[in-house]
Amino acid sequence: MIESYLSIFFTAVFVENMALSFFLGMCTFIAVSKTVDTAIGLGIAVIAILTLTVPVNNLIYQYVLREDALVWAGIHGVDLSFLGLICYIGVIAAMVQILEMTMDKFFPALYNTMGIFLPLITVNCAILGGVLFMVERNYNFAESVVFGFGSGFGWAIAIVSLAGIREKLKYSNVPNGLKGLGITFITVGLMAMAFMAFSGIQL
Amino acid sequence: MTDKPKNVVLDPLFNNNPIALQVLGICSALAITTKLETVIVMAVAVTVVLGLTNSAISLIRNHIPGSIRIIVQMTIIASMVIMVDLVLKAYAYNISKQLSIFVGLIITNCIIMGRAEAFAMSHPVGISFLDGIGNGLGYSTILIVVGVFRELLGSGRLHGQVILPLSTEGGWYVSNGLMLLPPSAFFIIGLYIWALRTWKKDQIERN
Repeated sequence: MIESYLSIFFTAVFVENMALSFFLGMCTFIAVSKTVDTAIGLGIAVIAILTLTVPVNNLIYQYVLREDALVWAGIHGVDLSFLGLICYIGVIAAMVQILEMTMDKFFPALYNTMGIFLPLITVNCAILGGVLFMVERNYNFAESVVFGFGSGFGWAIAIVSLAGIREKLKYSNVPNGLKGLGITFITVGLMAMAFMAFSGIQL
Repeated sequence: MTDKPKNVVLDPLFNNNPIALQVLGICSALAITTKLETVIVMAVAVTVVLGLTNSAISLIRNHIPGSIRIIVQMTIIASMVIMVDLVLKAYAYNISKQLSIFVGLIITNCIIMGRAEAFAMSHPVGISFLDGIGNGLGYSTILIVVGVFRELLGSGRLHGQVILPLSTEGGWYVSNGLMLLPPSAFFIIGLYIWALRTWKKDQIERN
């Protein structure tokens, strides 16, 4: 029991890292990784949102959208799965807004440090990607909690390490045209190759 | 940047490219570029969605309350993407299987959201449509460049036609396996940006 959850967690963090194996959430990954501090803030926000939205969308999928999911309400033979995308993105946008308001009310200090990153997360494809993987792999509720947390954690590790590398890169002599965005792409490419070392591992 | 129709369409190609300068919409550029066929389908899909959402959002821009505009935009984008997804499933089933979740991920492709927010919310319908098409074309250029390199060097083919006969099939070309793996897309885009910025010096970043 515990073992299967652990295996989902470690697969999500290392073997199937959202950022470096599936290349999800790349836009924010590259745009907001200039300093380690902001990267940590964004990483925590992504972990929080993924851990909340994946299980919530799991419930919606299990009890509303799936084929014959509405049997508990006495409705048979209805398949609403074509509405999936629009529901998931609605839940994500709503969750982000709720989290923003809750933090503003109860944790103003935390809100001030990561406030600006929260709206960005709505369009972070790691979140929607996580939800779609959950649907594709048919996780149950508990598994989806573990998977959401694990994939968020993996994404956070990746962005913090990229930010660390970019801080050091300031001191190196990069050719003019490659400065900034160009060298970041190449760095991420090398990091992704390093992460491919995990790809053969079966847990 | 002026708002003349010609500039609105042509600027995103090189001067203000969504991937190389605005850092928008990178995810899909990496994952689906191993073959030219999928690249073209994806490029067309994104361009169509961009044009449609930009004009739809621009049509109702004066009626969207500021506080919930993100949810409204997402809903419009999601409906357009569902439409494209269903069309692909009906007429190009094999390709839509290969693109798997990436058609759905067009929703969170930040080019679409970014252009809706930056352009369609403040401009009339016609010009917003052109802006959408222009940015779609800018996105497509990069995708096609990356796709051509990866398919040619990785499997010696272009759009399924053999260009460099592989040594495993009796030809002379030893394929470069790295090109079939996702990290190679990063290197190609990095080098593309380098080339672009050597040509357009004003895009060079200060530090």
